[in-house]
Amino acid sequence: MSGHSYDAENYWKANLRLIFGSLIIWALVSYGFAILLRPMLAGIPVGGTDLGFWFAQQGSILVFMVLIFFYAWRMNKIDEKFGVHEE
Amino acid sequence: MSQFAINLLFVGGSFLIYIGIAVWAKAGSTSDFYVAGGGVHPVTNGMAIGADWMSAASFISMAGLIAAGGYANSTFLMGWTGGYVLLAMLLAPYLRKFGKFTVPEFIGDRYYSPNARLIAVVCLLVASLTYVIGQMAGAGVAFSRFLEVEATNGLMIAAVVVFIYAVLGGMKGITYTQVAQYCVLIVAYTIPAVFISLQLTGNPIPGLGMFSTHTESGLPLLEKLNQVVTDLGFREYTADVDNKLNMVLFTLSLMIGTAGLPHVIIRFFTVPKVSDARWSGGWALVFIALLYLTAPAVASMARLNLMTTIYPEGTSAQPIEYDARPAWISTWEETGLITYQDKNNDGRIQLYNDANADFADTAAARGWEGNELVVNNDILVLANPEIANLPGWVIGLIAAGGLAAALSTAAGLLLAISSAVSHDLIKGRLNPNISDKGELLAARISMAVAIVVATWLGANPPGFAAQVVALAFGIAAASLFPALMMGIFSKRVNNYGASLGMLSGLLFTLIYIFVFKGWFFIPGTANFPDTAEYWVLGISPLSIGAIGALVNFAVAFGVSKVTAEPPIEIQELVESVRYPRGAGGAQDH
Repeated sequence: MSGHSYDAENYWKANLRLIFGSLIIWALVSYGFAILLRPMLAGIPVGGTDLGFWFAQQGSILVFMVLIFFYAWRMNKIDEKFGVHEE
Repeated sequence: MSQFAINLLFVGGSFLIYIGIAVWAKAGSTSDFYVAGGGVHPVTNGMAIGADWMSAASFISMAGLIAAGGYANSTFLMGWTGGYVLLAMLLAPYLRKFGKFTVPEFIGDRYYSPNARLIAVVCLLVASLTYVIGQMAGAGVAFSRFLEVEATNGLMIAAVVVFIYAVLGGMKGITYTQVAQYCVLIVAYTIPAVFISLQLTGNPIPGLGMFSTHTESGLPLLEKLNQVVTDLGFREYTADVDNKLNMVLFTLSLMIGTAGLPHVIIRFFTVPKVSDARWSGGWALVFIALLYLTAPAVASMARLNLMTTIYPEGTSAQPIEYDARPAWISTWEETGLITYQDKNNDGRIQLYNDANADFADTAAARGWEGNELVVNNDILVLANPEIANLPGWVIGLIAAGGLAAALSTAAGLLLAISSAVSHDLIKGRLNPNISDKGELLAARISMAVAIVVATWLGANPPGFAAQVVALAFGIAAASLFPALMMGIFSKRVNNYGASLGMLSGLLFTLIYIFVFKGWFFIPGTANFPDTAEYWVLGISPLSIGAIGALVNFAVAFGVSKVTAEPPIEIQELVESVRYPRGAGGAQDH
């Protein structure tokens, strides 16, 4: 990649956008739902406790997993679209 | 067959498998030794990362910590998994594209500075060595409990086994033994959990069982648990925490620290392609989640089981008599990890929270004069099969699993240490003209020396073993992670910025830890008591790594702004790591 072409710049921007969006969800489920926003979710019962507790002990881990696979899948598409994928 | 013979069979059998793999996967070149030849499949690598990552702390200690702390200790669950999101998006693919052997090598090349590389080597060595002490000590405990050998002798056996497959096979041997170790440890962790979940809730999946109904009482399991523990003066298991800032920062420190630990990062160098590095991150988290989704279930169920063992007739009735205690309590008393003291001389075991002032009247009314049973958090997982009356082979399995967790992580750490010494110090600094064969020999010798040092430290653990793990995460978070991330996402950060950033992040974190924990952890040298009222803004020394990372970022950007921008070839290097095309196998200069 020559690195200075128009496409290279847009490729990197697309990657940054995807990372930014993913990290917002990453922060929302862990720091948000599981910790800071837990009192707001206290009214939603889950198996003997509340939704915030579930996010803290299981939900956030499940979301993290989905996020990484989603990122890997989307990036492969973006790699191909911009022609920077590996042979 | 005696329990001892069963344990020996399981542990011995698993060790034979590891040695067999070592003989099969002998390293022939430095590329084999450092990155397993760069040909590991992403799913295989994900499994190896799982074993590499899940240490004695995850396998043995984590469920115990959650059982004791309840919701407040969810930080470990989120912190030790959320770091993989950062790794897969912010570091792994680009470092894989860079295609070299070690983490300090990237820092040295990107910041065109041998000094930056040296700082990275020092951070790596401190973080990895402190971490490996805990693994070796954990292996020693498992040996002494299950194989009835002296902890020191057990450690020697463990060291010899690691020596064989790590020195012979390097990353190649370690990768495939880690896959085997992952299988051993996940089976060992899951089987007792399934049995216990079935006993308590009738649900065979522990992660779901913890949120379903407790069969005996008809209440949701967590509600039942809350009831039992509050009856005895403890905090509700699911109670919210007051200091949310500290909880957020602690979780963040664990996440950033996870992403910055070199022994995990180098595992991503072993896959053939950049896209494989991304997939590996996802697979790693799947394999890690299998244990991490079960751990909170093990924690809540074991806590409930422990309470109902002591109070079989319910919390309002009398606890059991000491002479009628189950066999597992006496077994663990021998190791000193459970202690009993009959404070009110009634021959019964009172287990309650005697630190709770609001509960003092209730306790006095019942004739209790203090908590009488102290249970070490670390025994919870290891004693789980005995608490639930499971057959002997499950106990043998747990022994093999605990050792697999400790040894797989130890091997990964030892590889990170030895490659930093042979590749970054010897080849990178002392003797750049060393041949591939000479470097391979140097790598093997440094691995052997690292094993000896780690074994010695494991046998004579400094009194601060628990704190040093926090130190490892603090260092990785405050020094390595920011330098790596800026190296990829900024073209402007230069050699001065990165070096000063790493140093200031590191010093800031170390000083904050030392002020509360004692200088170099020497007892009596702390400037302030390590309690919440003395912490700045209520931030504990364990949570400071996240702030250290911020300091690192701020200093690096500030210094870079007022000094010359990096040379054009460095900016091109940054460009090149951002685009996957053209990633060959990991290679030498």
